[in-house]
Amino acid sequence: MSFIPGQPVTAVVQRIEICKLRQCDNLILGFSIGGGIDQDPGQNPFSEDKTDKGIYVTRVSKGGPAEAAGLMIGDKIMQVNGWDMTMVTHDQARKRLTKKNEDVVRLLVTRKSLEDAVRNAMV
Amino acid sequence: MDTESQYSGYSYKSSHSRSSRKHRDRRERHRSKSRDGGSSRGDKSVTIQAPGEPLLDNESTRGDDRDDNWGETTTVVTGTSEHSVSNEDLTRVSKELDESSPLECRRFVGPVLSGCLGLFALLTPLAFLLLPQALWETLHPCGTPCEGLYVSLAFKLLVLLISSWALFLRPPRATLPRFFVFRSLLMVLVFLFVASYWLFYSVRVWEPREPEYRVIVEYAASLVDALLFIQYLALVLLEVRHLQPAFCLKVVRTTDGASRFYNVGHLSIQRAAVWILEHYYSDFPVYNPALLNLPKSILSKKMSGFKVYSLGEENSTNNSTGQSRAMIAAAARRRDNSHNEYYYEEAEMERRVRKRKARLVVAVEEAFTHIKRLQDEEQNPSASSPKNPREVMDPREAAQAIFAPMARAMQKYLRTTRQQPYHSMESILTHLQFCITHNMTPKAFLERYLTPGPTLQYQRENGRGRQWTLVSEEPVTSALRQGCTFSLRRLDFALVVTVTPLPFLSLGEEFVDPKSHKFVMRLQSETSV
Repeated sequence: MSFIPGQPVTAVVQRIEICKLRQCDNLILGFSIGGGIDQDPGQNPFSEDKTDKGIYVTRVSKGGPAEAAGLMIGDKIMQVNGWDMTMVTHDQARKRLTKKNEDVVRLLVTRKSLEDAVRNAMV
Repeated sequence: MDTESQYSGYSYKSSHSRSSRKHRDRRERHRSKSRDGGSSRGDKSVTIQAPGEPLLDNESTRGDDRDDNWGETTTVVTGTSEHSVSNEDLTRVSKELDESSPLECRRFVGPVLSGCLGLFALLTPLAFLLLPQALWETLHPCGTPCEGLYVSLAFKLLVLLISSWALFLRPPRATLPRFFVFRSLLMVLVFLFVASYWLFYSVRVWEPREPEYRVIVEYAASLVDALLFIQYLALVLLEVRHLQPAFCLKVVRTTDGASRFYNVGHLSIQRAAVWILEHYYSDFPVYNPALLNLPKSILSKKMSGFKVYSLGEENSTNNSTGQSRAMIAAAARRRDNSHNEYYYEEAEMERRVRKRKARLVVAVEEAFTHIKRLQDEEQNPSASSPKNPREVMDPREAAQAIFAPMARAMQKYLRTTRQQPYHSMESILTHLQFCITHNMTPKAFLERYLTPGPTLQYQRENGRGRQWTLVSEEPVTSALRQGCTFSLRRLDFALVVTVTPLPFLSLGEEFVDPKSHKFVMRLQSETSV
């Protein structure tokens, strides 16, 4: 998941569709995010490349819609409903995920095991 | 067995000397208390207690403190000739040099010669001016132009005189083995110059009896101008050129590894040697031959395989290093754990020194409280008891009065740190007197004994000079360059010098806008969605 500046980023992604759960006037998804271009990438425990400023899933609450949809901790979110998540600030990412008029968010996430699986299949 | 007999013989001798030493010790101290001026004085520096063990004296290297071999530094011993001269020869030669007195004058031949030449050069313009006036009658007197020339001539001569006195008329610090190239060059230049001026004078002015006096005055003025320029050249070559640093010299003393780095400019090898020696006397700690040897207990432990009992005195350990070294070769195959003993011996030694030092400091502090200045006493009359009028002493007597309580502690400390050859009782008393006179604290008094000072501190007043030998593979008048090495040898140690050029620095510039100092916090937030 490292990127070369100037080259398009390629990754093997998984589509995850999460239905937001209504909880006393809040729509929650059931996970936490960390990262962003305004954050310190060196402190990210899930990234392979410590200069990667993407959005990562840092916690998935048990029994929540995210866990049900198959989101796993340590996933890097590449797109949310078509919006890019690789070069956004932390706040922008939060806003894209918590839009009040959307009930469903469709994420494209990537993780290392996906790449490994594809590579092993190709060999 | 060989080692056995040697060892037992040594212990017998040392016990013998130790008892006699104790005797001598007691006697000397007794004598010193009763007499003014202390223990016996020989031609060598005198110690408070007995000199080192007799065995040590025969093999110990003669340190700088012994007066024997100071003579003139006029022998040219450079290059390959150095190898053919052994140490004893050198000692003998320098001893002979000591007795012959004409060599004392050789120090001044160079300066006297250049002084004469300078004087001759200075008097020449005056001679040019005065000779026609004195010896001829037919001279056209010249008016105002000459007046100006007279004044300028007079002032230029005055400037030449003063600057020559300031720059060149100084007692020489050293005699160099080969000619000082720049100086001889300049002397030759001045001589040729003045000679050619005299030549032209005699041909153009004297023979045809030049009637125009103005011409003669202008001629003399041009000579003085040229002399001023030669002096400028001399100033640049002799004084200024070597000021800008160009080389870094590493100076290492061969016996104990004391080293320093110095920055010098463009110098010839012999001039650099003089420069280094001047700094050696004030920078390097004094060379103490007694500190070089490992204690005998370490070296002999693995040699003989016998148990070592140190009989009484702690300082018996630096004996018979010659014997130890002979036995080292024999015991090479034994298991070597002398490093262990060395470590413990070092720690023990350090502890001992510190203990003695503590005792010394306390004794000195106490001794200093017994003395007070008379003026201070008069200012607090309440402190003094009117019943006992104190006798007023001068510094010498005061020093002697307070020396007695600290003498023993001082003796023991000096003996532990092996400094006793450098400090005689007389010198300690003199120093104490000096410190009392200048209101120094005990700590200031002790500073001289607690750290080994630079060599200059221990030199006696001696106008004869020190003999050093410059050993070099290249001719000593060649300039310093990278990788050049030479050494300066005395009888028992040498200074090895290596030359490295200073690196060329290319300095860049970076402008920092004061407004550019801005900071942000490093964030790491986690949001639940």
